[in-house]
Amino acid sequence: MENLKTTLLFAVVVFLILITGFVQSWNTALLILNMGLISAIMSLGVNLQWGFAGLFNVGIMGFVALGGLAAVLVSAPPVYESWSVGGIRIITAIIFGIFVIITIGLWVKKIENRRKKFWGAILIALAGFFIYRAIFDTGVVAVEAVNPASTGYLGGLGFPILMAWPIGGLLAAGAAWVIGKTALGLRSDYLAIATLGIAEIIIAIIKNEDWLARGVKNVIGLPRPAPYEIDLQQSDKFVSTANSIGIDPVTASTLYVKLIYAGLFSIVLIMIFILAQRALHSPWGRMMRAIRDNEVAAEAMGKNVTGRHLQIFILGSAICGIAGAMMTTLDSQLTPGTYQPLRYTFLIWVMVIVGGSGNNLGAVLGGFIIWFLWVQVEPIGQFLMVILTSGLADDSALKLHLMDSVAHMRLLTMGLLLLVVLRFSPRGLIPEK
Amino acid sequence: MDLLNALIVFSNFVFIPALAYGSQLALGALGVTLIYGILRFSNFAHGDTMAFGAMITVLATWWLQSLGVSLGPFPTAILALPFGIIICSLFILATDRFVYRFYRNQKAKPVILVIVSMGIMFIMNGLVRFIIGPNDQRFADGERFIISVREFKQLTGLREGLAFKTTQGITIITAILVVLILFWFLNKTRTGKSMRAYSDNEDLALLSGINPEKVVTVTWLIVAALATVAGTLYGLDKSFKPFVYFQLLLPIFASAIVGGLGNPIGAIAGGFIVAFSEVTITYAWKKVLKYSLPESLEPTTLMQLLSTDYKFAVSFVILIVVLLFRPTGLFRGKAF
Repeated sequence: MENLKTTLLFAVVVFLILITGFVQSWNTALLILNMGLISAIMSLGVNLQWGFAGLFNVGIMGFVALGGLAAVLVSAPPVYESWSVGGIRIITAIIFGIFVIITIGLWVKKIENRRKKFWGAILIALAGFFIYRAIFDTGVVAVEAVNPASTGYLGGLGFPILMAWPIGGLLAAGAAWVIGKTALGLRSDYLAIATLGIAEIIIAIIKNEDWLARGVKNVIGLPRPAPYEIDLQQSDKFVSTANSIGIDPVTASTLYVKLIYAGLFSIVLIMIFILAQRALHSPWGRMMRAIRDNEVAAEAMGKNVTGRHLQIFILGSAICGIAGAMMTTLDSQLTPGTYQPLRYTFLIWVMVIVGGSGNNLGAVLGGFIIWFLWVQVEPIGQFLMVILTSGLADDSALKLHLMDSVAHMRLLTMGLLLLVVLRFSPRGLIPEK
Repeated sequence: MDLLNALIVFSNFVFIPALAYGSQLALGALGVTLIYGILRFSNFAHGDTMAFGAMITVLATWWLQSLGVSLGPFPTAILALPFGIIICSLFILATDRFVYRFYRNQKAKPVILVIVSMGIMFIMNGLVRFIIGPNDQRFADGERFIISVREFKQLTGLREGLAFKTTQGITIITAILVVLILFWFLNKTRTGKSMRAYSDNEDLALLSGINPEKVVTVTWLIVAALATVAGTLYGLDKSFKPFVYFQLLLPIFASAIVGGLGNPIGAIAGGFIVAFSEVTITYAWKKVLKYSLPESLEPTTLMQLLSTDYKFAVSFVILIVVLLFRPTGLFRGKAF
């Protein structure tokens, strides 16, 4: 019975994507599929934190963006000139900054006297900050002056972009470690607010530090794991194959590239899914759920609650980082201006809750269904609005306003959906066993 | 050395803006802290409640302006405020009846309520964008300045001018009035006292015959009024842009936590701490130092600690420091 329902729900997803293919276009359908796969991975990451451990992370956007940053840092071609004029200085400054922070940490730990501890830490921080800025700023000015129209940043390592996926995960894991160390073990809302803050800061850094990844000027044309459409169209072999199947070579090339991405993303999704599933059913997973259901009892049994929480917080964030790197790979560019919490944090939450928190299959399902809705609510809303306003004159102010506002329907829909599911089916579409 | 001019520059660019911004944050943080004290969850929809209330006020202002109503030198928005407060209250009460009450009766965990408030946030954000659109809206009118830079220079003959915007003055005065009324209400009236009792110890309060639904309703009404006032003042002072209110969530939460969640005095203090830190750290001090230091020490750089793009980082760092050293906040939260 349970299995039948699950199968049916996934059949619905397949059906929805096929319908899109037949009614709109196969390119749209594959686009939805690809982002659906990425959303499912993010949703698995959040499910790990919320479903397994009850941790409330609202900084998903930040971890996703860090993954995207990793894609740039790993795959973009290095800019040697920047390194020679100021890169070394910037790196020195950052290492110095980390050294200052460690010194403050040691100071706070070692000194007993409260007043001495506090003012000493402030003094070290201030002195450290000014020295850091003195080294850092000159480096940044030099780097950003290098051919600002096309580079003006340090560039990446020039490695294949697929390597960025695990590295994006590591980068996100590092940030998660820092934030988890501070905010875990305190009340659950504090973790939420701390993650909300760190996400905004990560986005602010990526937007404003032009030397790092060109900020809002965007690094475009990152290398791709798939061939370019234009090359395929010029390859005789591809064109003849496309013609023999009966598809126009241009369409065929776009579909072919998207299918390659879909294949790569599916492999990652399946790998992460299997790992998450194994984790859920292992003694470790049982311990996590025991902690989630009753922290006090678990602690009495000798479990290190904060330590376990930190572990799972890092793992979940790393998965979000991997998904972020994959998304930047799909777009071939990092556009920090498009990262918004409603889209990259709260939407993922809707996916997990609607799909079924605590159930990996549910999280994957939620990822696909919610992403499908997010994309399709707009055309559906447009269609409904045309019918609703058909009685109004074409130039009536109300009609124009309503037609303009259709784009914002999706937020309303998502909010309503979240509330309805929480109220009437709080365990989601595929509940935890 | 010219300390007087240094003081003027300091007041113009740091003190007055921070005072106005701090008042807005304090009003926002009061709302968050009241909900935390009575309903015991962090309300993520608060920023969008502010946007919603402010939006109604903006619409009412436009309507009043079209009727030709004006307050002379004061912005018409003040007249429109009651409309905003009433409609925002109705909306908020509706969300309580149809959404929050169910979970309250179930005695759901606070974190579930936080997720529910996320849903409300989506809906309010969508509604605001749906009704007024995502763009900047200007609705301030009346006299722009209480005293402008030119007038001040003529008046005093100093080299530096001091501008005091009407909206800043109104923000500060309104904030003081609202806070006075709120504290009078909490400390002197029967309903206010029952709210404090309920916040301190729910079981004892219920035992002594306090009606919890009434306490909750009154809390929501106060929160809606505070949010509308805060949102409108912020919109008047800067400009009304729906997305900005969502971003205010972080400094507002930082203010409430720094002061101690659930503690109204803490929320006010926290608001000013966050505002003053944000403004002083992101301000370029060159001009002030030029006047206050001997000529030989005149700074050559902007003397700006952090660019304004990182103002969120300031509230965040304050938040982290407080969480690390004093997790209950400066004023020992969770009690009125």
